[in-house]
Amino acid sequence: MNNKILLAHGSGGKLSHDLVGGKIIPPFTNPIINKMDDASVFEISGRVAFTTDSYVVSPIFFPGGDIGKLAVCGTINDLAMSGASPLYLSLSLIIEEGLSFEDLERIINSIKQVTEETGIKIVTGDTKVVNQGNADKLFINTAGIGLIPPGVNISGSNAIPGDKIILSGAIGDHGIAIMSQREGLRFEMPVESDCAPLDTLVSDMLAFSKHIHCMRDPTRGGLATSLNELATQSGVGINIKEDKIPLHVAVNAACELLGFDPLYVANEGKLVAIVSPTHAEEILNVMKQNRYGKESTIIGEVVEEHSRKVIMKTTLGASRIVDMLTGELLPRIC
Amino acid sequence: MRFIDEYHNAELGKRLIDKIHRNSTRQARLMEFCGGHTVAIFKHGIRQLLPPTVEMLSGPGCPVCVTANEDLDKAIALSRLPDVIITTFGDLLRVPGSYSSLQQERAEGNDIRIVYSTLEALDIARANPERPVIFIGIGFETTAPTIAASILQAEQENLKNYYILSLHKLTPPVIKALLDSGETIINGIVCPGHVSAIIGSNPWEFIPAEYNIACAVSGFEPLDILLCISMLIEQTESEQPKVEVAYRRIVRPEGNQQALRLMEKVFEPCPAIWRGIGSLTNSGLKLKEEYQAFDASRVFNVSPEKSREPVGCLCGDILRGVKVPLDCKLFKTACTPEHPVGPCMVSSEGTCSAYYHYRSEDE
Repeated sequence: MNNKILLAHGSGGKLSHDLVGGKIIPPFTNPIINKMDDASVFEISGRVAFTTDSYVVSPIFFPGGDIGKLAVCGTINDLAMSGASPLYLSLSLIIEEGLSFEDLERIINSIKQVTEETGIKIVTGDTKVVNQGNADKLFINTAGIGLIPPGVNISGSNAIPGDKIILSGAIGDHGIAIMSQREGLRFEMPVESDCAPLDTLVSDMLAFSKHIHCMRDPTRGGLATSLNELATQSGVGINIKEDKIPLHVAVNAACELLGFDPLYVANEGKLVAIVSPTHAEEILNVMKQNRYGKESTIIGEVVEEHSRKVIMKTTLGASRIVDMLTGELLPRIC
Repeated sequence: MRFIDEYHNAELGKRLIDKIHRNSTRQARLMEFCGGHTVAIFKHGIRQLLPPTVEMLSGPGCPVCVTANEDLDKAIALSRLPDVIITTFGDLLRVPGSYSSLQQERAEGNDIRIVYSTLEALDIARANPERPVIFIGIGFETTAPTIAASILQAEQENLKNYYILSLHKLTPPVIKALLDSGETIINGIVCPGHVSAIIGSNPWEFIPAEYNIACAVSGFEPLDILLCISMLIEQTESEQPKVEVAYRRIVRPEGNQQALRLMEKVFEPCPAIWRGIGSLTNSGLKLKEEYQAFDASRVFNVSPEKSREPVGCLCGDILRGVKVPLDCKLFKTACTPEHPVGPCMVSSEGTCSAYYHYRSEDE
């Protein structure tokens, strides 16, 4: 028996059915997907959040995760950043012929683990196989739907002067994990991707307080880019302090070595929240109780001055502009 | 973290800043040669922390920036040859030549690959024995030894398809040329750190001896730079210029002999064209006669169109320290990191890029 995926597995014929029905759907069994109709049908009412994203990370396996975990966590996090509880996901696979069944199963299994942890259901999907060279092993697209609880109003344009900025942990782990894997760098303390679903962290925060004005997960472009987006959308200034931003030792070392500024390196399991100053300390404490928010810190505040700009106080006490990421030559990281 | 955190220590930094303020009584213009230093100075906000008597000036120490258009055009022409694979460091890809850029050529379908070291370029040559693999060798004395090593490795393995386009440049001759021109007043020089790790601090002795100008070699962490500036101020105040090293953990007076031997085995000095400065004798490196089989400029015959400079771009003047990016009409208008007109906006070590990304309004 051939242990690699062939073009025929995407033909729509018997092999396709065997692949989809035998390997891909069973791990995600639920009443909606089990019907195997052309479209999934379900009832939903309330304020709906809807998002989609495609994942082309290379390599597809990296320390701390793989493209499957990334594809599911990424969409869950995009929903969570609007305050929504994630409910349903679609999962589309574009497979390059020659991918091994073993690799595919590993990826499906890590998707399954995230769905079990979060309770999100995969309700529809698609599988295509393309000729060698027309994709890079595996590309994944996911779309997700979630429900926003009443009273929650989170948007990038809600920041007001005085608000505090909370970061949920150390930055740059994902980008450096991918880079070091790609470049074959070895560190005494290996860097693992922080790839994680942040839905429980967000629901813990929202259960405690509705005074969360903005949330963003700083993925591509890093913390610097997310803060710039928020400053621009809200028409406010942002001040942060360099010595407050958590950074793991190995990530710091790798950034020095590779010439990266950690502020621009990608994260896949961190969020930045802009919250009302009167609730900031309490929200911070709630975040620290969650497994994905242990290293949460207040890194700065929203100000009226220097509208749409992010200014960082450096360790030496000077200040500098923190700009958006501008076209850097990084490998595909998500 | 060891070797990083201790060089960011705020308390020690404050002490050095206080010392500079205490000691500085007369106007001092200090040029940091390296683009790496320019970026670090802006990134840590060091200019703001200095007294008004101390003025920092950015120099020509960015290899991508000083690469002349006619050399870029040659690299671009090589990329158009059939079957050729061009390997290069990332920054060079986006630098506009006279008519095109390597990035544009790659979009046209030419095979141009970014590598992090010559080891990767050698791997590509081994994997594609039937195709010529040309490494575009840009850089100062810092990168030249690793490229020399790759040639010796290729020779040992009998790799017949590995070539170098050597655009290497040497730093002491260009500093000498800047000082000879007298275009700008310089009282002290923050000497390059990584270059000095290879060539040592001795080659800078001519600066205090012949030009009466203060010298100190610096590392790239904030405390390294502050210590270096503090040394330079003491020298200028006491009017006793000499060569000091504020980067002792890496730099020795005699340099890295092994690396120097490698370089001398494979390369010899030649004239080189520097953007904004022109041709300087013995300021470049070419492959020695016995290694000419690896020399892309000899093996491949390309004749690019006559090169031209972008209209209005002040990169040349900025590299000589005569102008600053804010003097350039294109800065932040026609020339941005997304749409760079000149190389100083492209390179991560370019002065325009450092001004664009890090400079606060009050600097």
